[in-house]
Amino acid sequence: MQKIMVCIKRVVDYNVRIRVKPDGSGVALDGVKMSINPFDEIALEEALRIKERGANIEVLAVSIGVADTQQQLRTSLAMGADRAILVQTDAAVEPLTAANVFLALAKRENPDLILLGKQAIDDDANQTGQMLAAIWDRPQATYASKVEIAPGKATVTREVDAGLETIEVDLPAVITVDLRLNEPRYVKLPDIMKAKKKPLDVTSLDALGVSAGILLKSIKTEPPAQRQKGVMVKDVPELIDALKKKGLI
Amino acid sequence: MHKILIVGEHDGKALNPATAKCVTCAKGIAEAEISVVLLGADTSAVAAQAAALAGVKSVLRVDRPENLHALAAVFAPQLAALAADYSHVFGPSTSFGKDLMPRLAALLVVPQVSDLMAVESAYRFRRPIYAGNAIVTVEADPARKLIATVRVASFQAAPSGGSAAVESKTLNVPLPSHTRYVGAKSGSTDRPDLQTAARVVSGGRALGSAENFKLLFSLADKLGAAVGASRAAVDAGYAPNEMQVGQTGKIISPEMYIAIGISGAIQHLTGIKDARTIVAINKDGEAPIFEVADIGLVADLFQAVPELAAAL
Repeated sequence: MQKIMVCIKRVVDYNVRIRVKPDGSGVALDGVKMSINPFDEIALEEALRIKERGANIEVLAVSIGVADTQQQLRTSLAMGADRAILVQTDAAVEPLTAANVFLALAKRENPDLILLGKQAIDDDANQTGQMLAAIWDRPQATYASKVEIAPGKATVTREVDAGLETIEVDLPAVITVDLRLNEPRYVKLPDIMKAKKKPLDVTSLDALGVSAGILLKSIKTEPPAQRQKGVMVKDVPELIDALKKKGLI
Repeated sequence: MHKILIVGEHDGKALNPATAKCVTCAKGIAEAEISVVLLGADTSAVAAQAAALAGVKSVLRVDRPENLHALAAVFAPQLAALAADYSHVFGPSTSFGKDLMPRLAALLVVPQVSDLMAVESAYRFRRPIYAGNAIVTVEADPARKLIATVRVASFQAAPSGGSAAVESKTLNVPLPSHTRYVGAKSGSTDRPDLQTAARVVSGGRALGSAENFKLLFSLADKLGAAVGASRAAVDAGYAPNEMQVGQTGKIISPEMYIAIGISGAIQHLTGIKDARTIVAINKDGEAPIFEVADIGLVADLFQAVPELAAAL
């Protein structure tokens, strides 16, 4: 194994309570804290742990997005990635477009492994890794909770509805990661300073020959229906009465 | 007319109830002709179950030894070959469908609508984003095939009473050998399946240990309920991952959901907001779970849960 590519998405921070714009045009993003998609952070952490177990593995962090996405790539470099590439665009990027961008980068960089989060916490699409594996014509192992690398192959434990499933894939492969794979490290100040000197290249969709066509038009965005406020009961006998009244027991 | 192909989920013996929910979703499209495809080593038993779903016109069986385990890399090229005859291909938004459908969409060079929760027309749908904190209406190009995963908590299962024609298909599609099934470990349980149970008892971090978590089992057994858990409880090792309810776990819609010692993070509420009745028991009266609960009780769970179980 020589190179691992990790795909990073810039998203609204996990802790932000988002607000839908009153005109239905989308979610308000002005002045909102942005971070690395938490699942992608876990993917990066896994790449770094594989690197730390082996020798001479390069970890490449790549992202697609606005110029400020450099912040998330700098954080990735501070965590320990060796190099970063930003495919800069102001356009909305659908999963299939993202997969095409990552394919173009994979063809250029020839990674042995591509790691990314199982979904991004903004659009919750859960598509990009699978789409990338399809058009790269390589194996996919989604929802990984354990990854073991051996020469030429990876054994991956996957979180599935029924429990855990283990599959074996030949490398190169795409692995999308789930929550319990690892706990990402905290970035230390000296690492932030060091990261400033690491290479971060900026390229464009045009340079990679990918167009950002919109295949799914967003018509409107609304807040979800709210549940009615319920009643409070003071003890278990009252709770049982309330359940009986609703015909639940 | 819209020809809709539903990718059936099964374990070789039983059709997963998610399939019947996809059928209901597809019926929401006007003038839909619905087929169900089953890939497996031997789909005879599950094909009969799919054929009995009301509204299904035909059931396609694709039996070959390589289809014994549901590997997306193996299933997707076969489905891509079949999809030529259809305008829409739907799969359930379960770990099976979420793994498989995007691979199929990319092979067909078409977009996917994930977690379809409502049908507005054949090419206009509603889906949740930001952990369900916003709902977006999306429209796809009718000139392209449409792939979607169906949010099963948003649809009732189609009833039985149908009698679809069953047809065996032979597909001469080369299959990759780069992905191999090794094994599976599932928490065997006599309790109802969490995804489809009418009643769910769920526990959070306040349970404090795996040992204490067992307190919920006696209550669940009294109610005939499935047992779920918050992410915090799973992360702490009190419950296995397949019990997790929420944005990244299972999205469920039971008749009754009893949240015990669960504070109610947004990501958890996403998984339960379609429950008919939410009951919350928590020591902290300020916990956000009480904002969505239909019935709330501020109490020490270690007293309230045994008392409730004993009274049932």
